[in-house]
Amino acid sequence: MPPAEAAPLLAVRELAVHIPDPPHLLRAVDGISFDLDRGETLGLVGESGSGKTMTAMALMRLLEPPLSRLPTGEVLLDGEDLMRLPEGAMAALRGHRLSMVFQEPMTSLNPVMRIGAQIAEPLRRHLGLFRAEAAARAEEMLRLVGLPDPARQARAWPHELSGGMRQRAMIAIALACRPALLIADEPTTALDVTVQAQILELLRELQRDMGTAVLLITHDLAVVEENAHRVAVMYAGRIVETGPVEAIFTAPRHPYTAGLLASLPRIREEPEPWLPEIPGMVPGAGDRPRGCAFAPRCTRVISGCVAEAPPLLGEPHAAACWNPLHD
Amino acid sequence: MIRFILRRLAQAVPLLVGVSLIGFGLMHLAPGGPLAIYTLNPSIQVQDIERIKAVFGLDQPVPVQYLKWATGLATGDWGTTFFGGRPVLATILERLPATLLLMGSALAIAILLGLGIGLLGAVRRYSVFDALATSGALFALSFPTFWFGLMAIWIFAIELRWLPSGGMYELGEEGDPLSLLRHLVLPVMVLALVITATWSRYARSAFLEVLGQDFMRTARAKGMPLRARLLRHALPNAAKPLIALLGVELPFLFSGALVTETIFGWPGMGRLFVDALGMKEYPVLMGLMMFTALFVIAGNLIADIAIAAVDPRVRL
Repeated sequence: MPPAEAAPLLAVRELAVHIPDPPHLLRAVDGISFDLDRGETLGLVGESGSGKTMTAMALMRLLEPPLSRLPTGEVLLDGEDLMRLPEGAMAALRGHRLSMVFQEPMTSLNPVMRIGAQIAEPLRRHLGLFRAEAAARAEEMLRLVGLPDPARQARAWPHELSGGMRQRAMIAIALACRPALLIADEPTTALDVTVQAQILELLRELQRDMGTAVLLITHDLAVVEENAHRVAVMYAGRIVETGPVEAIFTAPRHPYTAGLLASLPRIREEPEPWLPEIPGMVPGAGDRPRGCAFAPRCTRVISGCVAEAPPLLGEPHAAACWNPLHD
Repeated sequence: MIRFILRRLAQAVPLLVGVSLIGFGLMHLAPGGPLAIYTLNPSIQVQDIERIKAVFGLDQPVPVQYLKWATGLATGDWGTTFFGGRPVLATILERLPATLLLMGSALAIAILLGLGIGLLGAVRRYSVFDALATSGALFALSFPTFWFGLMAIWIFAIELRWLPSGGMYELGEEGDPLSLLRHLVLPVMVLALVITATWSRYARSAFLEVLGQDFMRTARAKGMPLRARLLRHALPNAAKPLIALLGVELPFLFSGALVTETIFGWPGMGRLFVDALGMKEYPVLMGLMMFTALFVIAGNLIADIAIAAVDPRVRL
């Protein structure tokens, strides 16, 4: 572990993506703030539609026009605000200082380019390596991500690789330039369960060796519990609870987190006849209630909940709730 | 690969037989014939016409005529013209260079322009440029080619007097490359306009589809600049449908542009076809038809091989 420094590697402040859709304003991401230290893993958890992927795309500034103009707030990487960088300077950082692994390994690789060439591309672009050096480094990366016979795999086409192998290749691309920050957006969702575990193990290993900070986006709480140091739970575009993994999993304070944890299948002495679920659905980004967005589904709702949205309070374990549990 | 080519060539044989049967049949179903012009000529007797018919073999039943023609073709004998008695193959081949020059220049210009316009339109979708390119293409495709040809002649040859209105050379300048170039400009411009219009539309939709793919997002996430993303990632992926299209258009390279060649008096294959049609030169018509059919088959074969070369997922 690198020595602890005062400033975090990544500091996100009031990041918002509000999409105008007259007469509504879709609050896809609604003012979220969090820190990420060097070498740390933050699990960003939430149901589909909670704004996780939109957050990742906004951080990487990968949104396409016209959405690309919408994000507001600050994204400080080593104190530099990515949101204010011109596109050229941002492109120089992408794949170099911060990079991303996507959910769909089957379609995320260019089908008409050899695997080795796709890994070599960022090496040549960001580190200025020549063709031969970049090719050698690409093979080295393939070995690092655990592909057998890297020299042969470097010459392979994407369609010749399985889903798990393609995701390994994607990780090799993302980590080729040893970025300080890796954003992994549901990296194992599209894979078989056994392959999932291998990929997560690989990410942990590489993170330990390279000191990369990881923003692990997933809807799978079990994945977070085993892989993250800290957790941020997103609901309807906001972070409703954040804190160390142990604290959140043993004593969740937000009723939504508690509900998510209760719906996790666990090995118990006396199995319950059915898994509890949270009634209702995530509100659409256009019809958010004025108060707490979770209030309509919450079992602990009190009179204040519908009047005003609760602030995210507490350190290091924070929850945005007027009537939290475990107090 | 070799086996693939051989199999495709073997498949081509029944196709050619079918094309020639239909062509031959339709040609003889049409009223009149090469000797129809003599029937109203008072100085030519009916017996004379019958004698000429017998010489050309036109007095025999159509199936017999077809068999004679087909066996000739199979042994490399494309027949001789009725008027002049010249070998058909030589007649066709002597028109080939002019058509190749005209169509080759027009296609090359149009494909490059069309790719560029389509790419820009796809990247800057719904921009002013995209709107102009779209309406421009619609405009070019809405008017018949002969109208553009006549307009070009009127403006550039008659009013402005910048360029000649037709032919390949001025009298006495035969073989002079500068004279050829001046004669080439107008017909190439008219042809390229129409081909560019279709190609820019095809290219735009091919690029639009590729630009929305996940791997283009990966290329952005790697920090690749726009140029590299378009040329190294988008172009090879968009090329596949465009190559298939090129395979279909290749035969036109050899069969020539009927309308444009006729308007500009360009001595190419298209004019030869129009002339042969007017005179019912059966051997020339059949020869041109077989020639075109051969290039349709060759064009598609080449396109399939080229697609396999750009896309590793395609095996022959």
